Amino acid sequence: MDNYSWADLQNIFIMQGFAGISLFSVLLLMGLGLAVIFGQMGVINMAHGEFMALGAYTVYLCSTLTQDYAPSLAPYYFVFAIVIAFFVAAGVGALVEWAMIRHLYHRPLDTLLATWGLSLIMQQTYRSTFGAREVTPTLPEWLMGSYSPHEGLDIPINGMFVLGLAIFVSITLVLFMYKSRFGLRLRATVQNRKMSDAVGINTGRVDRLAFCLGCGIAGIAGAAFTTIGSTGPDSGSRYIVDSFLVVVFGGAANLLGSLASAFGIAQAQSILEFFLEGTKGKVATLLVIVVALMFRPQGLFPSKVRAH
Amino acid sequence: MKLQALHKRTTGASLLALLTTGVMALHAAGPPTVQVNTTGLKVTDDTVTVGQLHSATGTMAISETGSIQAEQLAIDQINAAGGVLGRKIEVIKEDGASDWPTFAEKAKKLLVNDKVGTVFGCWTSASRKAVLPVFEKENGMLYYPTFYEGLEQSKNVIYTGQEATQQILAGLDWIVKEKKAKTFYLIGSDYIWPRTSNKIARKHIENVIKGTVVGEEYYALGHTQFGSLINKIKLKKPDVIYAIVVGGSNVSFYKQLKAAGITSDKQTLLTISVTEDEVLGIGGENLAGFYSAMKYFQSLDNPNNNAFVKAFKAKYGEKSVIGDVTQAGYLGPWLWKAAVEKAQSFDIDKIAEASPGIELTTAPEGYVKIHPNHHLWSKLRIGQWGTDGQAKVLYESGLIEPDPFPKGYQ
Repeated sequence: MDNYSWADLQNIFIMQGFAGISLFSVLLLMGLGLAVIFGQMGVINMAHGEFMALGAYTVYLCSTLTQDYAPSLAPYYFVFAIVIAFFVAAGVGALVEWAMIRHLYHRPLDTLLATWGLSLIMQQTYRSTFGAREVTPTLPEWLMGSYSPHEGLDIPINGMFVLGLAIFVSITLVLFMYKSRFGLRLRATVQNRKMSDAVGINTGRVDRLAFCLGCGIAGIAGAAFTTIGSTGPDSGSRYIVDSFLVVVFGGAANLLGSLASAFGIAQAQSILEFFLEGTKGKVATLLVIVVALMFRPQGLFPSKVRAH
Repeated sequence: MKLQALHKRTTGASLLALLTTGVMALHAAGPPTVQVNTTGLKVTDDTVTVGQLHSATGTMAISETGSIQAEQLAIDQINAAGGVLGRKIEVIKEDGASDWPTFAEKAKKLLVNDKVGTVFGCWTSASRKAVLPVFEKENGMLYYPTFYEGLEQSKNVIYTGQEATQQILAGLDWIVKEKKAKTFYLIGSDYIWPRTSNKIARKHIENVIKGTVVGEEYYALGHTQFGSLINKIKLKKPDVIYAIVVGGSNVSFYKQLKAAGITSDKQTLLTISVTEDEVLGIGGENLAGFYSAMKYFQSLDNPNNNAFVKAFKAKYGEKSVIGDVTQAGYLGPWLWKAAVEKAQSFDIDKIAEASPGIELTTAPEGYVKIHPNHHLWSKLRIGQWGTDGQAKVLYESGLIEPDPFPKGYQ
């Protein structure tokens, strides 16, 4: 570190901090939907990544349609596309829950197999519909480039956008879970299904909505990721490992746990990547997680409710 | 009576058959099958069957689709012009499904069950390494289209893409001369081709150019977060970023470079892993001004290439693009045809023997010639990407001799 100026290092420090936060927001978005489905409902949804890809493809479709039919809307379409992605993913989620998941609630290992099969079906559907090549939607100008307050300091705008979205989704989700009627019913169902049934909660409906919600959030995540990467038929399988990592490390049944674990993993990975090199950074991060899970098998914030 | 009738019919049928064969032989004007096929390959009097083995499904389908299309186009064109030794080419297509053991299995099926002898196929080094023992044992001939790391040579493979030194050395020399570059940052996806290529690049930079490598690192295939790497690049300020990132990672890498303010007006970047195919996914606006070192660009302006691009688009759509490997795939069937005609035989041994010295003046990339080591003499070009996803060719080397086992670079 001999010939680096103080100003340089200061800039790098800020940008590196942002890189960590940016990775945090990506992991958080990946994990949130799964935290609802896996954490709250106990469904091991192996097709979670494919729901993200569904959101991404929705944005791609919106982008193509906007360009062809309403080019004047190009600067704004992205915001609407994210909302549409939420509803498309949630809609498909509802269908899947109705056709498949609801028959398997008491057989968690069978859901694992079934959703894995579902992920293969979805991948092949994407491949047949959109082709094997990776696609990228045309992003509005304002999402590209960087915010540069002074020479040498560049904060990526797409990173800030994803961060903003992650914060928005997290806050909405937490409010929803802890302040709304539905959240109350969901938490009741998770804690004691029979008693919830007995007091008149339609637990079947709660299950469906929770699954929809999780899938919808996955759709938003996928939509957001189009700003930082591309989308291919098997993009989903790239997301799924990180998603589970976040949720399992955080302690499955706890939303705040997912938040903390996404933050921890992101900071560890980006710092290690900076001081080691790419692959080694990732390996070191995973090692840290493995060791941590050896001492806390239930994750960072284990659920306080006894299993039943 | 019954017997007689049968006898009569048989005679009639055989007479007819004899006549047809005679007429067809006259018509096709090819040498008789016994003469051109002494090893029991699937060759008839009017057809010859070859194999095609690529990933039509799975993660590699993105890249291999172009090769499949180009090989099919070449075969169609050869058939339209009368085939090979008077025989029409028929193709048996197999799907390696991006899975290396599957490649080996399908290669065996093509060579042993289908008796095709010649196969156009493979893309990744991993798939080539998986089928190589099969081709050597069953004595088949593989036409392999991808630029690759070198360190291999086989009687049973013709490498129609460039080996590493052909693609790397001249490109580095050019960038040093043009940009007065002294410091380099090497980046790659974490597998054999980027690692071997960067090893060659590093030796050349340190021993020949007398420059410095200020960083060298690798990221897992499919990695999408390059924030930390980009900050390191900003800290070290290399004259040149030398990038060998592949697949989906490519898109994230270039998008994030742009978002971090690393654009071509401030930073020189040279890559050997971005062709027109990749640009389609990355988006021209994220690459504008960066350089690729390839032997072929779709924008090459010569009569061969103009005709090739026109035929390709007519068959696969106006929006389709042609990258380096696609063009190399297109060379395969033509080089095979030339070898078969020179050898006057479909036998693999004779094709292998006839191949060195074969020249193709009709190649879209210009002139190529097969070296005794079964690689091609070819030129290297530097293209600068524009926002439209096409490259402007800025530099063209002379013909470079293929050297798969470069001394001093291992």
